[in-house]
Amino acid sequence: MDSSFLFGQFLGGLTAAMFLFLIASGLSLIFGILRILNFAHGSFYMIGAYLAWQLVHILGPATGSFWLAVFASALAVALLGALIERFLLSRLYGREELYQLLFTYAVVLVLADSAKMIWGTQQLSVSRPPSLAGSLTLFGAVIPHYNLLIMLLGPALAFTIWLALHRTHFGRMVRAAALDREMLGALGGNVQRIYTIAFAAGSFLAGLAGALVTPIKTVVPGMDVEIIVEAFIVIVIGGLGSLWGTFIGALIYGQFLSFGILIFPRFSIFAVYALMAIILIIRPWGLFGKPLPR
Amino acid sequence: MTDRLIRRVPWTLLAFVAALCIPLVASRFYTSLATDILILALFATSLNLLLGTTGLVSFGHAAYFAAGAYTCGILMKNHGVPFAAGFAAAGVVSGVIALAFGFFCVRLTKIYFAMLTLAFAQIVWAICFKWNDVTGGEQGLANVPYPDLGWMAAIPGLGRMRVGEHYFYVTLVLVAVCFLILRRITESPFGRILTTIRENPERAEFIGIHVRRYELAAFVVAGVFAGLAGALFGIFNRGVFPDFGYWSKSAEVLIMVILGGMGQFWGPLVGAFTLTALNQQITSYTEFWPMVLGLILIVLLYAFPAGILGTLVGLVRGRRDA
Repeated sequence: MDSSFLFGQFLGGLTAAMFLFLIASGLSLIFGILRILNFAHGSFYMIGAYLAWQLVHILGPATGSFWLAVFASALAVALLGALIERFLLSRLYGREELYQLLFTYAVVLVLADSAKMIWGTQQLSVSRPPSLAGSLTLFGAVIPHYNLLIMLLGPALAFTIWLALHRTHFGRMVRAAALDREMLGALGGNVQRIYTIAFAAGSFLAGLAGALVTPIKTVVPGMDVEIIVEAFIVIVIGGLGSLWGTFIGALIYGQFLSFGILIFPRFSIFAVYALMAIILIIRPWGLFGKPLPR
Repeated sequence: MTDRLIRRVPWTLLAFVAALCIPLVASRFYTSLATDILILALFATSLNLLLGTTGLVSFGHAAYFAAGAYTCGILMKNHGVPFAAGFAAAGVVSGVIALAFGFFCVRLTKIYFAMLTLAFAQIVWAICFKWNDVTGGEQGLANVPYPDLGWMAAIPGLGRMRVGEHYFYVTLVLVAVCFLILRRITESPFGRILTTIRENPERAEFIGIHVRRYELAAFVVAGVFAGLAGALFGIFNRGVFPDFGYWSKSAEVLIMVILGGMGQFWGPLVGAFTLTALNQQITSYTEFWPMVLGLILIVLLYAFPAGILGTLVGLVRGRRDA
């Protein structure tokens, strides 16, 4: 194995990590604030991907229309998330966790079949936007410009989320809601509105990831349940509800996956779940999270 | 007056006798459907020991089902082991796996417990999916043989039946025995302690109950019976596939329990019956069964959180109190 191959593997892992971060950060945000493990998050990602394909199909393959499609899809998914939270999920707060969990699973089933009804079961793909179709050679490894952009976008988004949560008034309210929902309500904060917005923001991130992944992966049924387990692994590694934990978790997972295949090709999936189990056993709150209040 | 009469009727026995008649009066198709329902009911009832009785939300119960199915399937197909031994081995292997996994799971609470059961189940799935030499990998284990049931033809009345119908009787008797045992466990002092833990783990700890140890015991028992159900299912299905252990299978069995009513011993049976029968009906009209299942689940969560049997029992009790 030469070094350029290893470097290429490293970059592949990095690109995968950034997508995982986008998805998992939304999942982690929702868990951190609403305390709900949202199985439907993978479905939002899938819907984002299908919508992006549809819009690119309508708007044409120009660079501008690609980005328009990406943002429109993410926004549409955010709206879908807001509607689901406001009209369905919010009625289950205060009930047993199991019911909330099963509700999000019901959404998985409904959205998966809706996507099948609308887009069928064939593989759909989107080509890279023309201005990013080229590639760059670095230390002998070929990196498509598009992947490079994704690698830059990940940290930029992480920083943006951090700013939004820690340096704005609304972010403070969100963190207060995460810490003590009743207290914030008693002090006059509109907890329901914060929950809806947080859920929509999380869904936006999932939809964005789904839309952005279309030039790299084909859009197929089943991408929802596959990604949600991966996103669970990432937030478990990093710590449920921790933003930077999720970022690091995604980086670890990405590298684990791309080098795991080299080291133990047949058991790389096994190793990933084993990693998840080990972290849950020794540090259930993850590498960067804090133990949940009882 | 009528209430007392209703309660005197040995419903369980009547249901068993009625089930005995199924192959005599119903077509082969319905006998096969009934076999399916019985096996899944056992699987769901084993989960309910954790969910309804102990209050533990396991999101990876399919792991023990798959482990049992593979154990029995591999032994019978590749090693020519008789069914009785394969069936027993399935329970033992699933129990041992549940003991190993449960040891770690019961140390965690709530969401972390659910996540760890999920992680362990995915490990089992990954092993089944990739260990080609033993499990057949992605292709699974096709053509698991039926047990040798020729002797059943000697029983009066069963002589002209096929192996599928004979297998129904084997399943019925084994599942009924498992139900009896599970019922005894639920109603034993041990089961009462599990309920105490569900209601209030701190208080249970205060009165000197070793909560983790009891939870682990419940986890193992649930694993054993899930494994037995898996063994029966692998033969019924004529094959064992990695999907048996995938997390969506765990979600499916959870839905069965909730649909029937997790507060009731027979709730999972009702859930398995409803879901399987409905699946059979609906899939003949549309391929979009998951959509229907999702919608049923949503209606259930909002309108009948106690499940079908729980709601019915509530209605009967309400009328009695009025």
